[in-house]
Amino acid sequence: MTSGGKELAGIFLFVALVAGIPLATDSGVILNFVMMALYAALLAQAWNILGGFGGQFSFGHALFFGTGAYIQAIAQLQGGLNAWLALFMAVAGSAGVGALVGALSFRYGLKGSYFALVTLAFAEVFRILALSVPFTGAGVGLMLPLHESFANMQFGSRKGYVYLVLAFVAAALLLTWWLKHSRFGAYLQAVRDNEDAARAIGVNPFGVKLGAIVLSGGLMGAGGAFYVQVFQYIDPGIAYGPGTSVEALVAAIVGGMGTLWGPVLGALVLHVLADLTRNLFGQLPGINMVIYGMVLVLIVMFLPRGIAGLGATAKSLWKKSGGRRG
Amino acid sequence: MFDSGILFPSLINGLTTGAVYALIALGLTLIYGVLHIINFAHGAALMVALYAVYLLKERFGIDPYLALPLVVPGMFVLGYALQRLIINRASHGKDENILLVTLGLSIVMENAALLFFKSDTRTIETAYTLTTVAIGPAMIALPKLVAFAGALLVSGLLLWIVGKTDLGRAIRAVAKEKHGAKLMGIDVDHVYAMSFGIGLACLGAAACFLLPAYYVNPQVGGGFVLVAFTVVVLGGMGSFVGALLGGLLIGVVESLGGLYLGESLGQIGIFAIFIAVLLFRPQGLFGAKA
Amino acid sequence: MSTRRHFMSQSAAAASAMAFPLVGGAQPRTIKVGVLHPVTGALAYSGQQCRVGALMAIEDINKAGGIKSMGGANIEALLGDAQSQPQAGAAEIEKMNEAGVSAVVGAFASAICLATTQAAAKYNLPHVVDVGVADQIMERGLKNTFRFGPGYRKCAEAAVANLHVLNMAAGKPARTVMIVHEESLFGTGTANLLARELPGYGYEVKEVIKHANPTRDFNNIVLRMKAVNPDIVIPANYYNEYALLVRTMQQQKISPKAIYSVLGGAASSYKFVKEFPDAANGIIDCNHWFNPKDKRSAELKKRVEAKGLFFSYEVFMTYTAMRLLADAIERAKSSDRAAIIDALEKSTFADHIMPYGATKFVNGQNTGAQPLMTQVVKNDIKVIIPREYRETDPVFPLRA
Repeated sequence: MTSGGKELAGIFLFVALVAGIPLATDSGVILNFVMMALYAALLAQAWNILGGFGGQFSFGHALFFGTGAYIQAIAQLQGGLNAWLALFMAVAGSAGVGALVGALSFRYGLKGSYFALVTLAFAEVFRILALSVPFTGAGVGLMLPLHESFANMQFGSRKGYVYLVLAFVAAALLLTWWLKHSRFGAYLQAVRDNEDAARAIGVNPFGVKLGAIVLSGGLMGAGGAFYVQVFQYIDPGIAYGPGTSVEALVAAIVGGMGTLWGPVLGALVLHVLADLTRNLFGQLPGINMVIYGMVLVLIVMFLPRGIAGLGATAKSLWKKSGGRRG
Repeated sequence: MFDSGILFPSLINGLTTGAVYALIALGLTLIYGVLHIINFAHGAALMVALYAVYLLKERFGIDPYLALPLVVPGMFVLGYALQRLIINRASHGKDENILLVTLGLSIVMENAALLFFKSDTRTIETAYTLTTVAIGPAMIALPKLVAFAGALLVSGLLLWIVGKTDLGRAIRAVAKEKHGAKLMGIDVDHVYAMSFGIGLACLGAAACFLLPAYYVNPQVGGGFVLVAFTVVVLGGMGSFVGALLGGLLIGVVESLGGLYLGESLGQIGIFAIFIAVLLFRPQGLFGAKA
Repeated sequence: MSTRRHFMSQSAAAASAMAFPLVGGAQPRTIKVGVLHPVTGALAYSGQQCRVGALMAIEDINKAGGIKSMGGANIEALLGDAQSQPQAGAAEIEKMNEAGVSAVVGAFASAICLATTQAAAKYNLPHVVDVGVADQIMERGLKNTFRFGPGYRKCAEAAVANLHVLNMAAGKPARTVMIVHEESLFGTGTANLLARELPGYGYEVKEVIKHANPTRDFNNIVLRMKAVNPDIVIPANYYNEYALLVRTMQQQKISPKAIYSVLGGAASSYKFVKEFPDAANGIIDCNHWFNPKDKRSAELKKRVEAKGLFFSYEVFMTYTAMRLLADAIERAKSSDRAAIIDALEKSTFADHIMPYGATKFVNGQNTGAQPLMTQVVKNDIKVIIPREYRETDPVFPLRA
């Protein structure tokens, strides 16, 4: 089997295994954990497409998350649309915002810290706008009415949401797989590694980066729509606050940027870490997060290539120590 | 819509608020200019400095302005140690890792503060907290005027350090070409740590000037980080004069924006400028064309 | 270190439960109750104050012999941290459900309560909302959700009606109003209600100013206040911004006829009165407040202060919410969730320190819940309205 084929088989195996969890257990804790870990994985996967494969570091991915969330809510509340139809609009809308921001910033050649800061600023602008315009409910926020049914994309049990978010994650995995093996993905990685060289061989960096931010934004928007369906409330702080942006990029970097499984691994490890520290030290507010922050620094210190790069890191360490001994 | 009776005080007020932004941004722009990293722990470090000022006042009765000679060197040592012992080692020279490390550090600092100080908002009361000085029709709080003068002084001092001293020459050399600087025998790691230390020392000064008219709690830094980034971008990353002017300008924009657009929406002015500068003049309003 | 002490007593309770295994058919020795608050993150201060209130109530209940109808069973707290995020709150509910709690008390902030009440509803898990003033929490028809205190509609209506009473009694010196509010759910919701109600009583709302959290400088807002010169200033914001606003007003020597805060202000915060006595003087609040005529409220205040904490509304709101729940368990004679919900629905709980009278729930909302008007007088907080709880006569207007 080719390496691409092996990866595809891995994706199907992963989806099949996770799909089995809701059949095996009724535990709300486990189901909620799986749901939130998959949700975090989805956000990290979205970020990874632009940040990991495209080399464009966004600090403001909440921009797409929030836009997806608001469209999902507004389409149902004010447009009277079905939740599933709203989902398509949310994905398309946040991809559109991605196109807009990408067109502006890539047209003017922003990269590195400059691109990071401009995304951060756009997220803030949207947050302030969401606080000021009437159709977002301003500071009061928007609340979806509680009507649990498949047609409304609201499920009485966490199981339904696990399958929903698993479908998103599977789609993101397939999209990432495609990036690794398609011509577009090759162009994107070429632009990441050396934009001038890529241009010299006839790649259009602007178009390629634009494509990446559209895909990334659309996936992130799906994450926002999912959030609204589960928690049924959105306000400007939740939608466009920096928390979601940070969550997405930390999981992707810790897991391993520009890899297929990195974001999933990163999200899983960080969620286990957060849960463990909270359960062990939750009695004293703050201490769990102190430990979480320290472990984050240690992971970066000892796993510079992320968790998915663990093998490569170990190999190079082995070589280094072997070389010294020899 | 508003007479000059409001416009002028609002302008002066914007300038004094902007001076504090400038102080915070000075440290950030130095760190960016030399290390080329975006320091996500800047807000948390400001919070640490504010708690230091608070403790000195509450425990030992030391006036915030007299605390300057304690807090500034203290923050310098903290910054030097953080860069030398943690950030430098953990980053492996990769931007994304530096980002995560500074983020991790800020999580640790914020929650350690929550653990030790609890979540209460704390304020200090000084004899001059409520003193105001009349400048024309504007009544300006004395602590804000002191902060304004302090910001000018600190940026003058920074310009002198970077422009006239041996350390400054080394900093400029490293900022420009770190490999070349290394070949010339400059200890790059030391210069990095010195820059980070000086950057945090600026926060120490900012904290002393800020606390008499403000408050401290574990989350207080977050409110200043974005503004400081804006100021740095506006002034041109790495430019001290730019940071000072940028800070003053942002203070005025925020003040007048609040007056004409409403306090909440008025914040948009800051980010509109931020985006426009990034897109159309990335070297900053006051920076030279690269 | 009250939390650690509590942790140890909890472990001790668990140990004793293990040492005396349950005999078949006997009543359980402990009833687990979830205590869920945002004790970290942006809302940490309020969340930690709430937790203190809940734990003190449990301590009192257990000391007084536990749940008597269940052979003196003790209440055991399961502490949860909502981390100031709705999704973290919902995750804690899942854990509490599986740990076998009989009910949950929490979760302070409205946005978090929306998520936790709904998550608890899936398991028919009774959820007593301690503060959560957004009325949307109660309007979703969740059978498991009960709120002992008033929502912001009730508070805003009371604030306007009582302001009018004050004004009429003083010969109608005040006509114009300026509202300064924070931009999120609580401030915006309250300000919208006030701006709608006030004109009906003949007041002119000159300006409504919304500000961000945090707002680093209030000079601009105070400058506009100077220009507009309203008779009454109504702030609706959180402590940090409130403190900066009032201090800046003091600095700029602005003294309207009244500063009249709705849900959160100096006249319902011992912390503010202690830290800024001059700025606080004369300020009037419409907020959650205890019945000052009930001796137990003074005792409770003393005990909270002995811990080095302020007796803030979070403490007594959660304290009474927990007592309401214990009363319901007492009458349900069971730790069964459905039985407790049933008992809550029929609750007539009257033995409490809040000015609500006997409890009566309609669709989960306690209909007797009401805020009180308080005023800062000589560095203390005194109730001025309504008359049956009055401790001192109101000073209105502050200046002619």
